[in-house]
Amino acid sequence: MSAFVALDGVSHTYGARGGSTGGTLAVDGLSISVNTGEFVAVVGPSGCGKSTLMKLATGLQFPFKGTVRIAGNVIDRPVKIAGMAFQAPTLLPWRTTLDNLLLPLEIVEPHRQEIRRRKADYVARAEKLLASVGLNGMGSKFPWELSGGMQQRTSLCRALIHEPQLLMLDEPFAALDAFTREELWCVIRDLHAARRITVILVTHDLREAVFLADRVFVMSQRPGRILVERPIELPRPRDLDIVYTPEFSEIVHELRGHIVRARQ
Amino acid sequence: MTRQDFFIRAAPWIYTIAMFAIWEAVCHIFSIPVFFLPPPTAIADAFVEYWGPIYRNSIFTLSTTMIGFGLAVGFGLLLGLLVGWSRTIYAGLYPLMIGFNAIPKVAVVPILVLWFGIGFVPAVLTAFLISFFPIVVNVATGLATIEPELEDVLKALGASKLDIMRKVGIPRTLPYFFGSLKIAITLAFVGSVISESIASNYGIGNLMLQAQAQFQVPLIFAGLVALAVEGIVMYWLMAILEARMTGWAQRSGFAQT
Ligand SMILES: Nc1ncnc2c1ncn2[C@@H]1O[C@H](COP(=O)(O)OP(=O)(O)O)[C@@H](O)[C@H]1O
Ligand SMILES: [Mg+2]
Repeated sequence: MSAFVALDGVSHTYGARGGSTGGTLAVDGLSISVNTGEFVAVVGPSGCGKSTLMKLATGLQFPFKGTVRIAGNVIDRPVKIAGMAFQAPTLLPWRTTLDNLLLPLEIVEPHRQEIRRRKADYVARAEKLLASVGLNGMGSKFPWELSGGMQQRTSLCRALIHEPQLLMLDEPFAALDAFTREELWCVIRDLHAARRITVILVTHDLREAVFLADRVFVMSQRPGRILVERPIELPRPRDLDIVYTPEFSEIVHELRGHIVRARQ
Repeated sequence: MTRQDFFIRAAPWIYTIAMFAIWEAVCHIFSIPVFFLPPPTAIADAFVEYWGPIYRNSIFTLSTTMIGFGLAVGFGLLLGLLVGWSRTIYAGLYPLMIGFNAIPKVAVVPILVLWFGIGFVPAVLTAFLISFFPIVVNVATGLATIEPELEDVLKALGASKLDIMRKVGIPRTLPYFFGSLKIAITLAFVGSVISESIASNYGIGNLMLQAQAQFQVPLIFAGLVALAVEGIVMYWLMAILEARMTGWAQRSGFAQT
């Protein structure tokens, strides 16, 4: 299997004036490699550089040391293929849910050339995607007419509408209640299974990481680097009930131990 | 329509009529001399008697104000977009604009007169100068407060700066822009009237100055009322425009009861 996203000995500083002096050293000597179609979760203490890892992997920030490769190519500008979703849904309040979903298609090549001509196709695609996350018929609603969970589903759909090869999720479920969160775990699980896209999920919920991921990475305190890599060999497809099995608890427990040690 | 709805609709009229009634009563009860504070009935008489000059000068003031305001909207929008576009332009222009805004505009009028003579042009320019600042600041604020996460989402899709501006920046700036128009139009009246009272042979400002020289106190107040009416009508038009253009931004029920 080939590495799709590879960070190699990457160090990044915020607010430095030239090179590495001054400013905040966010990550230092960070190496991680994610295979095509793999689901990877990154956990770690808050402020350790998880979001920075996301930004580095998508070319939104550039390291002063080390290299970032996507599909073998060194990244020197923002990637054009990644879907991203964050803790806040960041939907545009002046657009309906459907028009929010169409936003990426107005930007990504080659869709932006074709969206006028093939509007009906794209609308159909968006409606299908909405239905697949349980939002049938919600397309005409404005974001503020949706619940928090529905907004977050819409945000996920927006990250997926252009069928990206890479999906970056930065604590996307952190602001939701427990039931909605578990529902959305299943939504993501099914989307990943259906499309085999590469997913990098940042979370501080260890159960979420173990339930969804093929491998879990534990990061150190800031400046962040990878402390532990833990393959999750639970069979797929995973049912929600799996979180109540002893094997599952054991893995969560083990990871928890790593985090506790990382925080010391 | 419930009772409450009815009173909300009627409230502006009831309050205004009440204010004038109290004013009238106070003038009579305390026998206030007309040349000190004329009662509303005396002002109304002045309106009838001097309707011709009041009308002509009101139109003059309205046109200088609106032309100055129009310039302010154009320049303000352009400058606001420019300042919001680039941090370098922002850093360079902001201190200049703050300093410029801090200058009392009444102090600029003599210079404008020196350059353009008295009358129409200085009134337009004063209205423009005084009203374009809030537009610039509001437009730039709208652009500067784009959520960084949203920017990241779009950049990771390959969006250019222009894309982000068109799809997010400008739409989200509109409520700030239309909100600033209400402030700007009010200021524009201040500007044109200042200039007219200092350096013009026309306009309500000039009319009031002449009335003062001739001690026609009811006419001074009639000029004030004419200005107030113009100000209210223009403000109201801007508010309607704002509600029309940015309905999505006004969904709070906070002040609706
Ligand atoms: N835009 C920024 N400017 C300056 N410092 C930042 C910025 N973003 C993050 N940092 C700093 O970098 C470190 C890592 O941040 P982040 O990657 O957001 O952590 P996490 O997502 O793990 O909570 C933190 O100490 C944070 O204060
Ligand atoms: Mg973070």
